[in-house]
Amino acid sequence: MASISAARRVRVHAPWSAAAWRDTVFVVSGVPLQLAGWLVLGSVWTVWAPVRVTPILVLTGVSAILLLLALRPLTSWQRERCWAMLGLDIPRMPDFDGGRAWDVLRDLRSPELWRVLQYHLLAGPFLALGGLAVTAAWAAGLALATSPAYAWAVHPGDPLADHPQRVAVLTAVGVLLLAAAPWAAAGVRRLDARAAAALLGPDRAKELQRRVEDLAEKRASVVDAADLERRRIERDLHDGAQQRLVSLALNLGLARETLTGVPDEAMRVIVEAHEEAKAALTELRDLIRGLHPAVLEDRGLDAALSGVAARVPLPVRLRVDIEPRASSTVEAVAYFVVSEALTNVVKHARANEVDVRVERRGDVLRVTVRDDGAGGADPSAGTGLTGLARRVRSVDGTFRITSPAGGPTTVTVELPCAL
Amino acid sequence: MRIVIAEDSVLLRAGLIKVLETSGFEVAAAVGEAEGLLAAVREHRPDAAIVDVRMPPGFTDEGVRAALVMRRETPGTAVLLLSQYVEERYAADLLSTSTSGVGYLLKDRVADVSAFLDALRRVASGGTALDPEVVSQLLLRRHRDPLDRLTPREKEVLALMAEGRSNAGIAAALVVSESAVAKHINSIFAKLDLPHAEGDHRRVLAVLRFLDGEG
Repeated sequence: MASISAARRVRVHAPWSAAAWRDTVFVVSGVPLQLAGWLVLGSVWTVWAPVRVTPILVLTGVSAILLLLALRPLTSWQRERCWAMLGLDIPRMPDFDGGRAWDVLRDLRSPELWRVLQYHLLAGPFLALGGLAVTAAWAAGLALATSPAYAWAVHPGDPLADHPQRVAVLTAVGVLLLAAAPWAAAGVRRLDARAAAALLGPDRAKELQRRVEDLAEKRASVVDAADLERRRIERDLHDGAQQRLVSLALNLGLARETLTGVPDEAMRVIVEAHEEAKAALTELRDLIRGLHPAVLEDRGLDAALSGVAARVPLPVRLRVDIEPRASSTVEAVAYFVVSEALTNVVKHARANEVDVRVERRGDVLRVTVRDDGAGGADPSAGTGLTGLARRVRSVDGTFRITSPAGGPTTVTVELPCAL
Repeated sequence: MRIVIAEDSVLLRAGLIKVLETSGFEVAAAVGEAEGLLAAVREHRPDAAIVDVRMPPGFTDEGVRAALVMRRETPGTAVLLLSQYVEERYAADLLSTSTSGVGYLLKDRVADVSAFLDALRRVASGGTALDPEVVSQLLLRRHRDPLDRLTPREKEVLALMAEGRSNAGIAAALVVSESAVAKHINSIFAKLDLPHAEGDHRRVLAVLRFLDGEG
């Protein structure tokens, strides 16, 4: 509001401005609803006011139950009022507004119920007083501001007749009240809006917690879906392209070994095609193996990693100790981490040997890949490390790398075993 | 020589039949899943079965499991497993039954027709054929410390030995004389504390026993 000039604020709060009337109508319309809580509580006692203990207790119980039953309609009317007059949207509370009216009685300890009670029994009455004060300010202001007309109309002998000073003072007070009423209305409106948003809508902290849980669940399902998709691609390539290529290479191999009397030129083409097909098979195999090896599902991380480690053209020390098995998605990430880290070592590290360790400590799967290479690996340099870190984060894992110049380089990844 | 083929890819099954029949083998039956394989082996009693590892219904290790059943039921039938990927776990399962008349090769190897047929003959006659890839996985797995005592040349010899090659085969692969190979092998057996044994597959058995940590 600081950006709005004082002149503009005065204009907005003029007694004839639309905002002043909107605030006034809003504040005044709240009064009956804000007093309703106490009215419901007291209604039983107007019918019958006992003096003995037992009936008093019974009556107290009955009035409390009546109040609780009235809470939901009262709350939703308040929300309607805020929306219709201020455009203020107070979301419903799933735990409080769901189900039937008497579900409120089920859980008397629910924090939502107590916040709603606070509004209807504490904040509400106080705001209703504010609303009544605004009404009074308007009424008194109008009455006093128009006192010259009254003074002119009344008989001589009336306290106001022939007392211009009194009339002037009263008129000044009336004008002041009329000027102040919009400010009062705006103040009460602001308080009411704040109280309603805080007490009749969802609790922000709880809402955030719910949202975090919801997002975590969604993320887990996205990660799982991606994993499933990788497995599907692996299956499709295995059953399709790979078999076709093997069959092609087989036929070319057969032609190469059994055809006789073929011109040298043609034979050379066959030989080249045969070698090419075999090279394509090897490439495709390595690519698919990186996706999601079938043996991972079947025999677990330990079995799958030996294949990766064996293809690295330098000595790899592999130690895997992970009983019981982690979830398949986490295993897939751990597999990817080792596979990618080893690829990086071969590409960049100029190492003599690599040490791979995968161990489970409680609910954490820790993967360590250490090489004795040149060091100086920079995760921000756009090597495979970036993708690696991203995939680790997707399952809430942590990724650390230490790589001083001159080595050794250690990649440490910790993954929660259960998503 | 009579062969049964179990391979779920129709294309590859046809290719294998063609290769085998061109080379004078007799294909007694060709099936697409593990159950059919066991039935065909019981019925035809072939010399060898060529088996794909991933077959319906589960597409995981059906071929390995069928091979284990076959080794029990019809020990006379040799098994040559083919797979898009070789896994040391499956090799260990297979070799735990016996190392004679078993083979485990990458599927790509069928493209080198004569080498593939050699491996098939070797297996069918009671020998062993292990893919170099699976051998390197096995070597990586177990007991690194005694293996660290081997010279690089000796490791090469050990790997070739584990594939099921004879001294002559190893000599040819390394382009050295057979007597040099024999010397290496003696040195390996001494370093690994392995008993001398006759025949190729027993050497493999000895090697794998050692690799599995049972020796």
